Amino acid sequence: MSGGLAFERLGRDAMASRLARDIPEGAYVNLGIGLPTRVADFLPPDREVILHSENGLLGMGPAPIPGEEDPDLINAGKQPVTLLTGGAFFHHGDSFAMMRGGHIDICVLGAFQVSVHGDLANWHTGAPGAIPAVGGAMDLAIGAKRTFVMMDLLTRDGTSKLVESCTYPVTGLACVSRIYTDHAVFEVGPEGAAVVEMVDGLTLEALQELTGVPLCLAGSAMNGARA
Amino acid sequence: MVDKSVATVEEAVGGIGDGASVMISGFGTAGMPDRLVDALIARGASDLTIVSNNAGNGETGLAALIKAGRVRKVVCSFPRQADSHHFDTRYRAGEIELELVPQGNLAARIQAAGAGLGAIFTPTGYGTLLAEGKETRVIDGRSYVLEYPIAADFALIKAHQADRWGNLVYRKAARNFGPIMAMAARTAIVEVEEIVPLGSIDPEAVVTPGVFVQRVVATSSSLAAAA
Repeated sequence: MSGGLAFERLGRDAMASRLARDIPEGAYVNLGIGLPTRVADFLPPDREVILHSENGLLGMGPAPIPGEEDPDLINAGKQPVTLLTGGAFFHHGDSFAMMRGGHIDICVLGAFQVSVHGDLANWHTGAPGAIPAVGGAMDLAIGAKRTFVMMDLLTRDGTSKLVESCTYPVTGLACVSRIYTDHAVFEVGPEGAAVVEMVDGLTLEALQELTGVPLCLAGSAMNGARA
Repeated sequence: MVDKSVATVEEAVGGIGDGASVMISGFGTAGMPDRLVDALIARGASDLTIVSNNAGNGETGLAALIKAGRVRKVVCSFPRQADSHHFDTRYRAGEIELELVPQGNLAARIQAAGAGLGAIFTPTGYGTLLAEGKETRVIDGRSYVLEYPIAADFALIKAHQADRWGNLVYRKAARNFGPIMAMAARTAIVEVEEIVPLGSIDPEAVVTPGVFVQRVVATSSSLAAAA
């Protein structure tokens, strides 16, 4: 709630479902560890979308039925998965060539912070004593043709994760194009942040107050699409 | 007659001495050559520099090597995980050095070593903490970081099948770093489930050609066949 407005934030499944709508037929997609993994459950069944996993899979399928797990068939989060008919295995050099070489259409990542210009921070809080681990985060951030972030707009204490510039160590610069949050969908880039759509009952002014960053309505939103 | 098969894992890890650099295949436990690592622990080599994607999972493989106090330095992308307690303990105690490398850069640097390249320019990591102090260059409008090859004295690799020439096929996502590590190590040592007669691996299906492999050892049975 903000400024007395009545609106309901999207739950995680609703966010995943909303994002899945923007993944077109035939797309090669990498879903990051954590929240983005959930998008797979909401891909429309009438679309053929090919999932890439950094550890050497294309055509990754859902979790196996209990008892059919194979320790040699896992995803980037090291959980058991399956391979769809038509899927392929390959080594790490090829897997990251697919990513870095721009062959993957969409990558969906979680984030600590995203700047209005599309800088991403999602690998390290910089907290003293934390053991740093980066994995494929930096390659995924800059490699795909489009990088989407899926995150709650605010931290638990109400601080905006959409920021003017990242205060956490960055994962990549100017790499994010869209942010799907529980409050709104944003486009970010050289021109700054634009609101593509908001949950019912929320206003641009209220959103601006919550985030503390300059926002405008995206062209599609001003045309009355979904804002 | 060319015969790269050896009878025992003890023989397979022969020559690995104190201070050696050793690549270890695997993504988590998939593709981790547990039997070779166990043999290396039994052999007693210490002060090792290990190149691997993770820094050990649970109690086996690389985790056991770290627990045994044999590792001076780890070059990896994702050390910190729910089950990386042996690494965490030694790292926090200042007993182990960490070089953190983004996963795709790790793969590319290993490939560069195997391919005889002097260095690579990679977009991954540009503008981040992990590129601090490194040379950069703008090529065709995109920013890149200069990164050097990662070679090793030895690689310990798990594959599915080998023949006596050292041709390899892998199993599912356990392939991961195996093929590129075989190329980048002066001595590539491979544990396989079975050694099959020469000619029984389809030449079109060979993943690692035998030129990159120096020793193979069968671990699951006595199917070693020197056909």
